[in-house]
Amino acid sequence: MDRIPILTMGQFLLVTIQVDMHDRLAMALQDDLTTRITTSRAKGVLIDISSLEIVDSFIGRMLGNISSMARVLGAEAVVVGMQPAVAITLVELGLSLDGVHTALDVEKGMQLLRRYIGAEFEESLSDVDDPEN
Amino acid sequence: MSTILKTEKLDVSEEQHIVAVRQAVRRLALEIKLSLVDQTKIVTAASELARNLLIYGGGGEVILRTLSAGIRHGLKVEFIDEGPGIEDLELALRDGFTSGGGMGLGLGGAKRLVNEFEIDSAPGRGTRIGITRWK
Repeated sequence: MDRIPILTMGQFLLVTIQVDMHDRLAMALQDDLTTRITTSRAKGVLIDISSLEIVDSFIGRMLGNISSMARVLGAEAVVVGMQPAVAITLVELGLSLDGVHTALDVEKGMQLLRRYIGAEFEESLSDVDDPEN
Repeated sequence: MSTILKTEKLDVSEEQHIVAVRQAVRRLALEIKLSLVDQTKIVTAASELARNLLIYGGGGEVILRTLSAGIRHGLKVEFIDEGPGIEDLELALRDGFTSGGGMGLGLGGAKRLVNEFEIDSAPGRGTRIGITRWK
């Protein structure tokens, strides 16, 4: 079975979803990520969904699960790059991705992760979105 | 009244077929030049309903039709199964209702994403759901 690759970048894990995921692939990613958080002792997970053309309730639930599981394991997850049409559809569908941190792009997402883990960071972070929303 | 421009049929009997349904809906939505947001909405609704078809209906058939009504074009997608059917349609369409492991967004959510939504179901008679998005 095919798998979505997970890259390690220091204390972060990086995932870029570039295929139209079938449900089992989404489940496999969820499992792989939780395992990798434990084995690599990662502090943050960045999930780039900028290539995803839809997020339905199944993928939405997977993103929520990954966020919760990461948190339980002492890491934070941030979902970045959602396309505007996907965001509009998601909200109309009734999914608000409660509890999932989001950022506009990879750069903003990394800033957010660095702030969460309290890393020494000289740059101004004032333009980063409120993590509570 | 609308006329049918094109009809396609897809069988949904395993999980990978949900992806095939999404791709077919996307292709036809592009063909009738739906806007990107409208494409995304009908593809997402179709994804929800194709999954329902598989999980609750035990699989079935998806029929896609491009329609023409005067200068308007539309895409209609029907989901037909011979599964157990739905006992209480009103309840099933309510947000938050789920009989399985879902999030309870399937039917009500899918309905909000399209212009027309038809449902015909009764216990033991299977379920037929039709969604249409017009340009």
